[in-house]
Amino acid sequence: MDVIVCVKHVPETAEAELKIDPSGKAIEKSGLVYDINEWDDYALEEAVRIKEKQGGTVTAITIGSDDSDSTLRKCLARGADKAVRLTDPKFEGSDGYAIAKILHAVIKTLHYDLILMGMQAGDDGSAMVGPILAELLGVPHATMVKKLELDTGAAKVNRELEGGLEEQVEVKLPSLFSVQTGINEPRYVSIMGIRKAMQREIKIMGLVDTGLTENDVGPAGSWLSIEKLYVPPVEKQAEFLKGTPDEMAAKIAEILKAKGLI
Amino acid sequence: MAGIFVLAEHRQGQIRDITIEMLTKGRELAEKTSMELTAILLGSNVKEHAKNLAEYASKVVIVEDAKLENFDSEAYKKILSSLISTHKPLLVMIGHTSQGVDLAPRLAAALSLPLATDCIDLAFENGVFSVTKQMYGGKVNVKATVRKAETYLATVRQATFAPTKPTTPPNGQIVTVPSPLTEEISEKRFVQYVLPPPGGVDITAAEKLVGVGRGIKDVANIPQIEDLAKTLGAVLSCSRPIVDKGWLPTDRQVGTSGKTVKPKLYLALGISGAFQHILGMKSSDLIIAVNKDPKAPIFSFADYGIAEDLFKIVPPLKNKINELRAQKV
Repeated sequence: MDVIVCVKHVPETAEAELKIDPSGKAIEKSGLVYDINEWDDYALEEAVRIKEKQGGTVTAITIGSDDSDSTLRKCLARGADKAVRLTDPKFEGSDGYAIAKILHAVIKTLHYDLILMGMQAGDDGSAMVGPILAELLGVPHATMVKKLELDTGAAKVNRELEGGLEEQVEVKLPSLFSVQTGINEPRYVSIMGIRKAMQREIKIMGLVDTGLTENDVGPAGSWLSIEKLYVPPVEKQAEFLKGTPDEMAAKIAEILKAKGLI
Repeated sequence: MAGIFVLAEHRQGQIRDITIEMLTKGRELAEKTSMELTAILLGSNVKEHAKNLAEYASKVVIVEDAKLENFDSEAYKKILSSLISTHKPLLVMIGHTSQGVDLAPRLAAALSLPLATDCIDLAFENGVFSVTKQMYGGKVNVKATVRKAETYLATVRQATFAPTKPTTPPNGQIVTVPSPLTEEISEKRFVQYVLPPPGGVDITAAEKLVGVGRGIKDVANIPQIEDLAKTLGAVLSCSRPIVDKGWLPTDRQVGTSGKTVKPKLYLALGISGAFQHILGMKSSDLIIAVNKDPKAPIFSFADYGIAEDLFKIVPPLKNKINELRAQKV
């Protein structure tokens, strides 16, 4: 079973305070910690588990600058056999459509039984690369996958629907699955493991290697063009309690008492 | 016929809320641009829903096919491709739901038509189609323009547009179109719906909930929060990351993929407030949030907020509650 896993190197923003940069079209990146996109981390883990059970190879592919190498090293340390980084100044400013075209140009030349990736990325959250890539490759797909079981020539997957419901779908291989968080428990990769992966080769490819033109990628090859970023307008704001932690805790308790909740 | 198409979403015999939300927004866009609003209803034995949709749209197009008994993005793609190529609508609205996420990007790629996903607003201004989306888990909004095209596709976020009925119902014309599907979809097959395992705790029945999120950092910190919940007489619930990590069971999850709750008190600890979580708890009577980031979206929905590390608040809060309880007696 040859598995390709597509990963993205993104800033961790869940607990960070974000600022918009002077261009108004991006956030200030300085001070942010980057890591593998959370959803892709689950896809990577699933790919490695399949390899461990069935044999075969795992190839990790990313599009980004050389900073993305740390995410690829994580993939290699976790159990990927090969790592490919697609880097070109012309790729910058690509939306999900342009990204899918770049991935398609490279993946169509590789052998695969399965393509895995996160169902969305924590930065733009577009949730479109997987199904577009599947259409371009002409393979079936399923998104929001929470469980994956392989059979001969097919996979049975559970897709997450709303309200806790799931649907089970049978999909013929080769196919593409975009996974939802919680499909597995990604294993911890030690610093030693990542250090060892420093010795491994990362294959680097650019626009010329893809056979695409400048018009296919970057802003020219994208559907969307960012006008401006802004902090969401606050319609309602909580009344912030002030003071030392002890004082603030006491205020909560008083509020609860006043409302008859304790 | 340059108009606006809204794909009606339904599952297990029920029209989903997103359908009416999109029809409401679609009507607003259609009125502004003097276009026709059409609801597209695909399925097998779905005619019963057409009347309801006709109260919102000036036209309802039905395609019935036995192959559409359960949602299948490949079958939907083929039928919509055919309808879009024939009618050339200016805009096709699809829910950013488990169905829409599976369908829309692939449909857009097949037709080489531009798609904007997870939109929280859509507008036509001077012949340009623009959308508003969110990035970084809802911490930043982005306005983007969409590449010029004959037809635009957009997926629309759930619970973004409040559903309203038109003052004068359009009593839309109902048209049935023969299914263009010729053969079975062989590469993908619906097997069954899988229900979540029955849980031991029903968080929807709790009067008070303490919700924990990513901010609790480690599974080892759960007992401390559980202890606070017990002191409060509350039930422990959580946001998605906590279930994903296996720290609490699925039946404790609040949000679109978990439960919708309306307790008298929702105390959110270390929850930043992704919209999927907010949709599950925003109707609570009293919301108090503790989060390190003062700009966390949760504070736009909370009544009271504390911008502080939850671990500095939880121990004194527990003590204070015990103290007040003791006074009462």
